[in-house]
Amino acid sequence: METLPTLWFVLIAVLWTGYLFLEGFDLGIGMLIKLFARNNDERRVLLNTVGPVWDGNEVWLITAAGATFAAFPLWYASLLSAMYLPLVLVLLGLIFRAVAFEYRGKVNAHRWRNRWDWAIAVGSFVSAFGIGAALALTTTGLPLNANGDRVGGPFAWFNGYAVLGGLAVVGFALMHAAAFLMLKTDGEIRLRARSLLRRWLPVALLPMAIWAAAVAAQYGKAASWLLIVLAAAGAAAAWRFAGQGREGRSFLAMGVFLVSASAAIFGSVFPRVLPSTLNHAWDLTISNASSSPYTLGLMSIVACFGLPMVLAYQAWTYWVFRKRISAAHLPDQHDVVPAIGTAEFGTADNRTADNRTAADGTLG
Amino acid sequence: MEALDIARWQFGITTVYHFLMVPLTIGLGLLVALLQTMWHRTGKEEYLRMTKFWGKLFLINFIMGVATGIVQEFQFGMAWSEYSRFVGDVFGAPLAMEALLAFFVESTFLGLWIFGWQKLPARIHLACLWIAVLGSVLSAYFILVANSWMQHPVGVRMVDGRPRMVDAWAVFTNNTALVTFPHTLTGSLAVAGGFLLGISWYHLWRRRRDGIDTVDDDGRVLVGESAVIPGRDKTDHKVWLRSLRIGAVVAMLAFAGTAITGDMQGKLMFQQQPMKMAAAEAACHDGTSFSILSLGDVGSKDCSAVVAVIEVPGLLSFLAHNDFSTDVKGVNSLVPEYQAKYGTNLPNDPIYGDRAGQPIHYVPVMAVTYWGFRVMIGFGGLAALAALVALVLVRKGTVPSSKWLMRLALCGILAPFGANAAGWIFTEMGRQPFVVAPNPQLSGVDRVFMFTAAAVSPGVSAGELIFSLVALGTVYAALLVVEVRLLVRYIRGGVASAMPELADLAPHDGSDPHGSGPQPPANDDVLAFAY
Repeated sequence: METLPTLWFVLIAVLWTGYLFLEGFDLGIGMLIKLFARNNDERRVLLNTVGPVWDGNEVWLITAAGATFAAFPLWYASLLSAMYLPLVLVLLGLIFRAVAFEYRGKVNAHRWRNRWDWAIAVGSFVSAFGIGAALALTTTGLPLNANGDRVGGPFAWFNGYAVLGGLAVVGFALMHAAAFLMLKTDGEIRLRARSLLRRWLPVALLPMAIWAAAVAAQYGKAASWLLIVLAAAGAAAAWRFAGQGREGRSFLAMGVFLVSASAAIFGSVFPRVLPSTLNHAWDLTISNASSSPYTLGLMSIVACFGLPMVLAYQAWTYWVFRKRISAAHLPDQHDVVPAIGTAEFGTADNRTADNRTAADGTLG
Repeated sequence: MEALDIARWQFGITTVYHFLMVPLTIGLGLLVALLQTMWHRTGKEEYLRMTKFWGKLFLINFIMGVATGIVQEFQFGMAWSEYSRFVGDVFGAPLAMEALLAFFVESTFLGLWIFGWQKLPARIHLACLWIAVLGSVLSAYFILVANSWMQHPVGVRMVDGRPRMVDAWAVFTNNTALVTFPHTLTGSLAVAGGFLLGISWYHLWRRRRDGIDTVDDDGRVLVGESAVIPGRDKTDHKVWLRSLRIGAVVAMLAFAGTAITGDMQGKLMFQQQPMKMAAAEAACHDGTSFSILSLGDVGSKDCSAVVAVIEVPGLLSFLAHNDFSTDVKGVNSLVPEYQAKYGTNLPNDPIYGDRAGQPIHYVPVMAVTYWGFRVMIGFGGLAALAALVALVLVRKGTVPSSKWLMRLALCGILAPFGANAAGWIFTEMGRQPFVVAPNPQLSGVDRVFMFTAAAVSPGVSAGELIFSLVALGTVYAALLVVEVRLLVRYIRGGVASAMPELADLAPHDGSDPHGSGPQPPANDDVLAFAY
């Protein structure tokens, strides 16, 4: 039994689950900017429910990737190079989304906001879908040769599982966002988020359940089926609690669904980290893809110290910003006007009749 | 172009671009934290305004660094899978630690700072900024540990053809990293200093041009205020004058810091990568002189066309060895040494693909190393000199009314950016043809190095790389335009762009609306800040 590689397999599964649990709702809110919000006030409410936390949530992705690099370099190298094109799209999506969050409110103009709204919505969708596809394929396998390199060209990764994984993360993110909005907003949005969840949850969570079942069937582990039943119970509870208006419980039940489904998926695949669809002798596993015990030991110490700290201060952040948000809480958006004395913006009080000209474009 | 070249261009472009944002993030972050501390200590309105204004510009820039940083984390695996497999055991650890110990801190506490105005107690709010900024600094350390290992691999033993980490302490206290880290920090502060200086100059000039500030017969400033231009009161003058002076002093101190740390770094590099330093000098023959200007084709491989026009005798020896007479090896004597140690042709290993068996060029592109080195030092020095001149020119409380000087001050913002970029291009291209440069202090099985030609992803096609290069390049270019235009918009708006409440206030003398300093959390019905 290899303790350290197993520990790191579990830790990476935890990082991915943490990522989906946290960024899940801000990816979903990103998509709902265009699917759900009806006007600028509503869009601002949606954005500001995750305003202080989305960037911290995204670091879970960076940490999952970094930890994979450190603990399983061969997994990191093979998965990322095999999925080259979809990951380029994921990166572009994440770039647009991040910049849009910060820049959207910086200019008080409809066209400006609208463009960034699209950047957030499309960026969130593409990155959620791409990450889902990559995660699904690392569990079901990619056409890799003995060296771990993709065979068959730029699109050889594409198959039904890629679509299934993409839909799984997109669907989960949308429902998780609805559960989060029920918890974090007030008034009409809160009610509409509830009906969104009530109407779509059974459909939206289905792909992730199918993915978990497919992986469990492929690798045949009894315990996985138990976890899938638990996930189904979580989904049912989230749906039911939402109907009763018990929003906190509904949100937690979404967490139960995610953690169970994720445990079922990673548990089924274990000890493989990236199977080869060409020859199972070429599967990457926790034994042949991992770093040395020395590196894993060092990283374990760092993680033992670092991860609880992260959980503590991120939990504190959610506590600080725990209040519900509605349109009434939002400060007015303001125009940024050049601090220049010109005919356009009125004349400086102590300026005399000299003919200084209007706004020279020195900076513009 | 083949996949390797495209992948190199992509890495170069995305990394240099990322490092346009990073030094401003680190440098300006430290200065904003300092300004907010001043406000906290003194309660003076001008420090609050400085915190808000420079903080706003900091955030506009910060997010671009975040967004383009994710690409860095992924592209090792995507485009350089052989590299990742080879170095993962030792190189992945600092990257993972950067994410776990630094990025989390940086992004979480910055979120608290942005949205925490008037919500958190003033002390804690200030602490959040310091923690976030120190997170940025810590992340710089971790990534420089990773980069320094590529420049000077330590703390490993070769097992089954791959380096295995055996001494983490050696990796994290690599002498290359310990000098590169302060060099990078001071380089970042130089960027921030020039940024404050140029923009503050513009606003002081603008106040004069709008007739708000005037000067008396001795050239001393007579500070005025405007009833109609938002934010243009007397405190506004203090904001810009103080920002300008802080920026200038920081720029000069930072340059001194880069010079000292750069000298230490250079001396190490003469030992660790003699070829890089010989190429930085376009030094073909062994000698002691430092070239001020070399003409001819410094890019030629055999050195035959390089003519040193102006040289300072002894200076090169001083840079390398701290004396004026020890010969420093030139390219002509280094090439045979490298060939003897690391071969004349790439091995016949499938890892090299079509490149197996090709002759190895040990001399980096000399035009790049030679000029990269000089642009770095030249732009850095020029910015420091300009800062000194600026301090003298504003000694009477405002800037000269010259429009050209103002334009020069704004253009000067770019010089430290150029110096930073040139320094990185020099050190990364100077390492070629290696991606992991050999450590001359190690021998036998411990010789750890990797040719760049072996590092690229074997399974990724040139077409995929072209797609990503074009897509990332286009998006990066567009976003740079957006960022700069947004920065310009907020800069032109002055403090009122970051504090809209200033637009609603009538100007007044002496007393100011926030004069009582940091305030306890107010009624938080309405958020102090929202997207």
